[in-house]
Amino acid sequence: MTGPLVSVEGLRVLFKSADRTVHAVNGVDFALQPGEVLGLLGESGSGKSVTLKALLRLLPASRTTLSGKVTVAGHDVLSMDERALRQYRGGVVSMIFQEPMLAFDPVFTVGDQIAEAVMRHEDVGRAAARGRALEMLERVRIPSAKRRLDAYPHEMSGGMRQRAMIALALACKPQLLLADEPTTALDATVQIQILLLLRELQKEFGMAVIFVTHDVGVAVEVSDRMAVMYGGRIVERGSAADVIRRTAHPYPQGLLASTVHGAMRGTRLEAIPGAPPDLSRMPTGCAFAPRCRLADDTCRSVAPPIAALAPGHEAECHQPRVLSA
Amino acid sequence: MSASIPQGIADEDIGGPAQPLLSIRGLVKHFPIKGGVLNRTVAVVQAVDGIDFDVAKGETLGIVGESGCGKSTTARLLVRLIDPDAGEVLYDGLKIGAQDGLDLREMRRHVQMVFQDSFASLNPRLTIEDSISFGPKVHGLGAKEAKARARELLQQVGLNPNLFVRRYPHELSGGQRQRVNIARALALRPRLVILDEAVSALDKSVEAQVLNLLQDLKAELGLTYVFISHDLNVVRYMSDRVMVMYLGRVAEIGPVDAIYGNPRHPYTKALLSAMPSMDPDARTQEAPIAGDPPNPINPPAGCRFHTRCPFSEPVCAAKVPDLAAVAGDAKHAVACHMNVAGSGHSRTAGAA
Repeated sequence: MTGPLVSVEGLRVLFKSADRTVHAVNGVDFALQPGEVLGLLGESGSGKSVTLKALLRLLPASRTTLSGKVTVAGHDVLSMDERALRQYRGGVVSMIFQEPMLAFDPVFTVGDQIAEAVMRHEDVGRAAARGRALEMLERVRIPSAKRRLDAYPHEMSGGMRQRAMIALALACKPQLLLADEPTTALDATVQIQILLLLRELQKEFGMAVIFVTHDVGVAVEVSDRMAVMYGGRIVERGSAADVIRRTAHPYPQGLLASTVHGAMRGTRLEAIPGAPPDLSRMPTGCAFAPRCRLADDTCRSVAPPIAALAPGHEAECHQPRVLSA
Repeated sequence: MSASIPQGIADEDIGGPAQPLLSIRGLVKHFPIKGGVLNRTVAVVQAVDGIDFDVAKGETLGIVGESGCGKSTTARLLVRLIDPDAGEVLYDGLKIGAQDGLDLREMRRHVQMVFQDSFASLNPRLTIEDSISFGPKVHGLGAKEAKARARELLQQVGLNPNLFVRRYPHELSGGQRQRVNIARALALRPRLVILDEAVSALDKSVEAQVLNLLQDLKAELGLTYVFISHDLNVVRYMSDRVMVMYLGRVAEIGPVDAIYGNPRHPYTKALLSAMPSMDPDARTQEAPIAGDPPNPINPPAGCRFHTRCPFSEPVCAAKVPDLAAVAGDAKHAVACHMNVAGSGHSRTAGAA
């Protein structure tokens, strides 16, 4: 192995408008090996989607200030020009979204759009590109794929569209797939099909995946490693088992306790009090301190250090306590 | 009693504790799809297609199902936001909308609803206080009393009235707005609250707070809930009984432990095993059913689940299964040919 496929160091993202500055991502570091699946778990406003979009430079340049260092497969992402970005997007890194209707152009057929992506990145003709499109639709198990090649996005059901979007994203065999809540809008019986499909394709293509979700169960289904985000930082990371069973940071502990699962009827949920932080007025010290039951004066004034709990298992907390589940 | 709304006929318990607070009989709602030059009806969405169920006084009935199963249409029919094509809704024995029953205005004092979109359900130009006191004022409460009630309700849902009465919806977080919607729903002191995906848009940490609040309010005020959600975990946590819907019909209904512990309908089983695992060492290996839910415009004939059912046989496509009690548990009913001896299915209860 020649080192990590993805390396993110000190990533910060600011959104500036006339009256306020939003600190969406406040120093995120992580590395990802080829073929590894990282689940990025967090609630709305935690910075998980913004981190993902920064990796693809999808944030509006005029309002966004990016800093830090992002390297993906040898590309220095934050310094790339538009031309280099066009090759990078879709070729090296691809992304799938929650809403497939927004990923497809409604006036072109699904087959044409996949073929266009292939021609854009590889030196092949139209017939060969259509052939690849068909192959991809079959690969994501769209029934009667040949007929679906000429279908418009609105003619497909939700689960089918999601499969077609995965086909589009993987058509050029990217080394890294970014998945932004791709199953959140789907029904339960369809969601599990898509998760299993992604797991299978990830193995087959040997690609790395960063999977953003707010759903603990979904993260467990797909991830090798997990990272929990809060207030624009990764507060705990480790193997899926570390984060779920040997949780050390009070925020993921609270998140797990407040997630309803199994037979909890009749018990009172241990909700985390308060609401997520206002990203335009981040507290000094630990961002979670205002909601944390363990917080003391140190937590409220000093940014927490990284506590190593086990190889690969870290929590950013002044007083991490492993709670074994 | 200056601070109360004039008494109506349905303020007291009419039929006694044994009479269901809500009885639904043969409820049908089809939405026509118009098209073509002459704007004729070209197709019909069979959103709700003949459902019966009761909601007992003081219980929480959970309704689960995937998109297009008719759960939200059912909720809207219950509060008569839309009119049913057939069937009736009885509130404590009184037929809603009938001459000798309960008129709509009166019914809505007793039956209130909370929606998923906390922002869209509040008027952006009214302060929180005005939104909450609007209903009571319409129903005859004086302005001063209505304001006092709004403050009292805010306190009850865990928002400091001094901080919130003057605010507008956009100044609140999603969780706070949903608390305001709950306060508004309670402003007319209803007996039944219909919660249609009321916590689905909230973050998990906030969802837990609101679920705790709903449980507290229910105990404090003796409410009855119809709790609609696509989240099986949350429905299990909240409900006494659970109704599973599929494409406009009831697939299975019963006590929460029976539905989750001993599901009888293949669809209920599939739905339960489609829940993501919470154990990294026991991840799901196989999807319980393939394909998407069919379109409710042209639902399959017979049992509507037969196109995705692993046990489908010719009888399933030919005949609609009745909702019938499971042997040994009168409260647990399932609409499946496998449950009925002599239905023609090879796996009937007797044969297995």
